Amino acid sequence: MDTLAYIAKNLPMIGMRAMEHLSIVVVAVVLAIACGMAIGVFIARRPRLAPAVLSGGSIMITVPSIALFGMLIPLLSIIGQGIGWLPAVIAVYIYSMVPIVRNTYTALVGLDPALRDAAIGMGMNPSQRLWRVELPNAMPIIMAGVRVAVVMNIGVTAIAAYIGAGGLGTFISRGITQTDIRQLLTGAIAVSLLAIASDFGLALVQKRLTPLGLAQLDTP
Amino acid sequence: MITLENLSKVYGAPGTEAAVDDVSLTIGSGEICVLIGPSGCGKTTTMRMVNRLITPTGGRVLIDNQDTTAIDTVALRRSIGYVIQQVGLFPNMTVEENIGVVPRLLGWDRARSRARAAELLDMVGLDVGQFLGRYPNQLSGGQQQRVGVARALAADPPVLLMDEPFGAIDPINRATIQDQFLAMQQKLKKTVLLVSHDIDEAVKMADRIAIFRAGRLEQAGTPDEILIAPANDFVSGFVGPDRALKRLRRKRVSQIHIPLVYNMGQQIAVAVDGCHGTIQVDVGGLVVSVTADGRAIGPASVRMDTDLRVVVSEMLRLAISWLPCVDGEGRLLGIVTQAAISRQVNRVSGEASSDDASDQGKPNAATL
Repeated sequence: MDTLAYIAKNLPMIGMRAMEHLSIVVVAVVLAIACGMAIGVFIARRPRLAPAVLSGGSIMITVPSIALFGMLIPLLSIIGQGIGWLPAVIAVYIYSMVPIVRNTYTALVGLDPALRDAAIGMGMNPSQRLWRVELPNAMPIIMAGVRVAVVMNIGVTAIAAYIGAGGLGTFISRGITQTDIRQLLTGAIAVSLLAIASDFGLALVQKRLTPLGLAQLDTP
Repeated sequence: MITLENLSKVYGAPGTEAAVDDVSLTIGSGEICVLIGPSGCGKTTTMRMVNRLITPTGGRVLIDNQDTTAIDTVALRRSIGYVIQQVGLFPNMTVEENIGVVPRLLGWDRARSRARAAELLDMVGLDVGQFLGRYPNQLSGGQQQRVGVARALAADPPVLLMDEPFGAIDPINRATIQDQFLAMQQKLKKTVLLVSHDIDEAVKMADRIAIFRAGRLEQAGTPDEILIAPANDFVSGFVGPDRALKRLRRKRVSQIHIPLVYNMGQQIAVAVDGCHGTIQVDVGGLVVSVTADGRAIGPASVRMDTDLRVVVSEMLRLAISWLPCVDGEGRLLGIVTQAAISRQVNRVSGEASSDDASDQGKPNAATL
């Protein structure tokens, strides 16, 4: 009951924190989509590099986020950005890369080899092949990677409150230090709802980006 | 015209076994040349060197006397139609967009490539209104390969490469699509290189057959030449012991029938090689009944464009040494006899080629 009253009283604040939270995730994931897809395409065309890049990514993702934030402090202090928004974005970017690179690679490598053969045989150059055939047909799996990245990193961003990045994690960290169950629950519920809502929204985007011909179609 | 000159492909270090070993072959304009042989014989590799999906390690490929290495690879491929067994339609594109791939690469506008897609869809026997907007996963295997063929023909390339195009299609549909393709080829006169492992398909489709083994061209020639005079044991083993029958499928009733003059409504007496019988026709000339050696065998007949293998099969089934032959409407024109078929089988290649020139060699698509 207390918690509900707290939420009702602090709605504008919660909204602001949610926007901070999202700004970190969105900026980082958008960057990660651009770089991650590029790396995924690159290693899909150079199969010898792929295992090294993918296992490197898997190792990255095992570093606990709190440790990663800690490591970024001295590095970014050089440019006076040791704490706050920038290190949060960088950490989330790093974590997001892994599922996006992996899914891009898996999707491209898993495409029917006949598509590649037909595309080359018909006289598409490598970039036409990529943009007209390979990426559209890989899109559902790439988007699944983006969804994983977003949901996972909404959680990671909650921890970024400890390095002063703001966001919904602020409620959680204050709730812990002040042993205030209302703030703690507010933060936890808000983070969860944000993750669920984002996943739902991205599911719609994924559906939009999936070429019609790949969706389950009934014969008209 | 496609000319392969001493074409070779060696994977790995020089001196290791060649995938394709010194193959020379000429395919005339408007001809269908079937490359055939057991798997791993180099037939597909040879074909893929024509559009440079595989780079030769020796020799050259000329198209209309122009060395293909002098042409930009991408431009070369856009000027060559390409059909593969797995079809490889792009699932993200509609039928119209799939057919329009090469036209778009060549910079055609949308209206023109749409009109072309509709024209080709019609040509391969698919309903334009129904199929133009469909996606590949809404089509059956046979329909997909028809679209695959249409896609290869989109920019009207003079040369067509087909890698086991009908291999993944069920036998009934396969025969239909083969016939349809032959009917199209009568009009289009493309220079076609078709890879197959099916000798029946080769005999049916080919103007020339090139038989490969272990990277080498064992024999090349017209189906008749190869069936009459296999160059060695491998070739004769490959074409099979029933090669006389296989030759018959290239011949039609119209090439050997004996015309009959008769009055409408008459009963015609026939005596061929000791087999006596009658043919009863009605006032319209339609065959009503046939008797042979006193047996009634019903209104049996074969059409003028039926291939002789089918005729032999009918003769064996009915235990008769001749059959009435009729036109498309079923009117009696003459008879075809076992003796005449036998003579066809025993003709040597010089004679055979003279009536191949009349372009009667292939069974007509529409009526098989």
